[in-house]
Amino acid sequence: MNSGANLNRRSFLITSAAASGGLAVGLALPFGPEKAAAQNSTPEIGAWVVIKPDDTVIVRVVRSEMGQGTVTGLCQLVAEELECDWDKVTWEYPTPGESVARKRVWGDFSTGGSRGIRTSHQYVRAGGAAAREMLKQAAANQWSVSAAELTVSKGVITHKASNRSTTYGKVAEAASKLEVPQDIKLKDPKDWTIAGKPLKRLDTTDKVNGKMIYGMDVKLPGMLNAAVRACPVFGGLLKSFDDAKIASMPGVRKVVRVNDSTVAVVADTWWQAKTAVEALPVVWDEGENAKVSSATIAAWLKEGLDAQEAFVGNSNGDAKAALASAVKRVEAVYGYPYQNHACMEPLNATALYTPDKCEVWTGTQNAEAAFASVLEASGLPAAKCDVHKTILGGGFGRRGRSDYVAQAVSIAKQMPGVPIKLIWSREEDMTHGTYHPVMQAKMVGGFDANNNLTALHIRLSGQSIVARLFPQNLDKGDTNPNNKGMDILTFQGLQRPGLEHAFGYTIPNLLIDHSMRNPHVPPGFWRGVNINQNAIFTECFIDELAQSVGQDELEFRRKLMAGLPRNLAVLNAVAEKIGWGKPAPEGVYRGLAQMMAFDSYVAAAAEVSVSGGKIKVQRIVGATDCTFAVNPAQIERQVAGSFVYGLSALFYQECTVKDGAIEQTNFHEYNSMRIAEMPKVEAVLVPSGGNSRWGGVGEPTICVAAPAVLNAYFKATGQRIRSFPLKNHNISLA
Amino acid sequence: MIALTINGQTRNIEVNPDTPLLWVLREQAGLTGTKYGCGITQCGACTVHVDGVAMRSCGLPVSAAVGKQITTIEGLAQNGVLHKVQKAWIDNDVPQCGYCQSGMIMAVAALLNEKPKPTDDDINVAITNICRCGTFQQVRDAIHMAASA
Repeated sequence: MNSGANLNRRSFLITSAAASGGLAVGLALPFGPEKAAAQNSTPEIGAWVVIKPDDTVIVRVVRSEMGQGTVTGLCQLVAEELECDWDKVTWEYPTPGESVARKRVWGDFSTGGSRGIRTSHQYVRAGGAAAREMLKQAAANQWSVSAAELTVSKGVITHKASNRSTTYGKVAEAASKLEVPQDIKLKDPKDWTIAGKPLKRLDTTDKVNGKMIYGMDVKLPGMLNAAVRACPVFGGLLKSFDDAKIASMPGVRKVVRVNDSTVAVVADTWWQAKTAVEALPVVWDEGENAKVSSATIAAWLKEGLDAQEAFVGNSNGDAKAALASAVKRVEAVYGYPYQNHACMEPLNATALYTPDKCEVWTGTQNAEAAFASVLEASGLPAAKCDVHKTILGGGFGRRGRSDYVAQAVSIAKQMPGVPIKLIWSREEDMTHGTYHPVMQAKMVGGFDANNNLTALHIRLSGQSIVARLFPQNLDKGDTNPNNKGMDILTFQGLQRPGLEHAFGYTIPNLLIDHSMRNPHVPPGFWRGVNINQNAIFTECFIDELAQSVGQDELEFRRKLMAGLPRNLAVLNAVAEKIGWGKPAPEGVYRGLAQMMAFDSYVAAAAEVSVSGGKIKVQRIVGATDCTFAVNPAQIERQVAGSFVYGLSALFYQECTVKDGAIEQTNFHEYNSMRIAEMPKVEAVLVPSGGNSRWGGVGEPTICVAAPAVLNAYFKATGQRIRSFPLKNHNISLA
Repeated sequence: MIALTINGQTRNIEVNPDTPLLWVLREQAGLTGTKYGCGITQCGACTVHVDGVAMRSCGLPVSAAVGKQITTIEGLAQNGVLHKVQKAWIDNDVPQCGYCQSGMIMAVAALLNEKPKPTDDDINVAITNICRCGTFQQVRDAIHMAASA
């Protein structure tokens, strides 16, 4: 029975919103029993694999490719169990509409929280293995032998006893009619021949010849183009606009109210639409938020550093008492700014609405959340909606939101039958982001008479992403009644032992708490999310503590890492590779950092030299233990790429608030690292394997670059910087 | 009506002469390999060759390109054979999201025309494109590979 038409729309909206919240949600993944006819005549072998008569293998991938290599990695995992010829592997995206119609046969589409591989490796491998068994069974049936007598290699099935062989393509049709086996045994990773190897990406060719179609490049017959302006002040309203003033501008077709705060111009070309929407006289009702500035936000957060009430994210012993009786106390206050994702491809979506159907073509990190937005904005049921995903020109968390999708549908609904491509200008993208949240931290450490660190209190004060985007997910993972309303994600990298972002030190008396203060600026998941600031706060302050008692920064850390062997292993790996303890080249200084996040253990060691206001990062070693390395070459690229993203933020990026609006509008005010500033990045992969939860790759390493560089900068200059970005201190990358 | 020579073909295009070349390429000529990133010549995603010189097409009025040879990423391969920069990009598995790479490749191809064996310093001066994925390490390796091809 097809459940799609009967789907309770509201429950789907809630489920998909929860799934995109960056929190573990125990979704039952109903793959297996469902065995639908394939979409076309090409045989589908279970839900995950399609094999064409020419032996081409099409792997179904539902996680989104935004550069992080998840498509290639997931295909490797499926192909590994399938035992097919890697050279014949290609892939396709099922749509969320198909998924809903098939009882979510492919599980969660959400591509955030570094979960693409780590939360789906089990069932995609099972899908590959099930298909292999079905193909073997089909050959066995054809030859009237037992499947147990058959062997497979690179898509060829062999019956040695009778010297017969066939290929997957030849038996695919018959295999597609068989039941999907349920009892699947997966390979031991030590036997992998496709997974675990540094294979080339599957999506490169069209990225070097201009043929890759991003959302920006979608073309439909009769398509018109839309440009929007939303109220510069978040929460403000669109009061009125004077469309007569631009009616005669070239190409202009229509001016439409998109939602309470946004107006669009639809024109023949996007350039015409953009030109016209910028010329459109608009009156905004900016509201109370127009009084807010970066200074007022900072003052409010500062109050939280000493506020009585706070959510306790992690504690042991009695930190307050231990600090009160400490022989020596060290205290520091840090702060972290708002930042925009600034994906290279500005946000866009193309929508076609008719009263019978609404379809969207877009780059999204969460096709199910986008689908929910299409349902809501179109008013049509799930069976009449769908979302077609393109490759993403960067996501970094921003494309997990679907505001731009809802806008495209709203415009298209006002022009039924006409495909509408909505593109946000870079300026719209910069000023209507979902920003890396602001946070301040007061760090207090206490020592006994023997210079042992006996207590640490980290007080966070600032914004919760979950409170704004998924308030239904607050409290998850905590049963303490005093913590009602807590956002556990705020404590990424600082969480209790056993969680996926656990604190990386053992300290006798520990208190980590959060005074939640939510300004009007919309926060969002920004690559790495809260580990960015938490790693800077923790790892810079750990250096401050070590230096306050004259101890070596590596040895000081090691003493606090009892019972944390995986943290220690990555720290040791970078220390060894950078040459910690050995003399550095003249004028070169070193810094360290380590953290655990997204179930991966990461560390960095940087070497910098400083001249005037310029920091040259000579080299930076990054280590990760992500449990299993599905594609080492792509992981190395994620380490290096995450350092570029993290260091660009550290040096250059801040979104400031004036009169309730974001001030920075484009890259001239929001700089990003260039090739000349790129340090030599040396990635060290130390996957520890075993039965531990798999760790993520796209995000975790981002957080250790900044504190490693800051710690090295302190060694070079004696200057400890505690507010960011560094450009505010007249420091740039050399 | 404006006559433009794009990838060796001359075509007449009905467009306001003030329109940036980028949008004429994408919207009138249908060549979407050239990307919009910032619109203010900061990021380089829109880089094309105008008479062999790398130009950021978002800041160039189409009228300024009349009578000149415009080459886009779609015209870089010759007779179906990839340019050495494209080959080096594939060999080094350079792109991540890939959105900036058309512009990056066009900037590098122009650099190699001018300086067939660029030093790291030459690269640092000439290649100022933004890549948010941070592919720079592979970009540098691939430039040197293409230079030695």
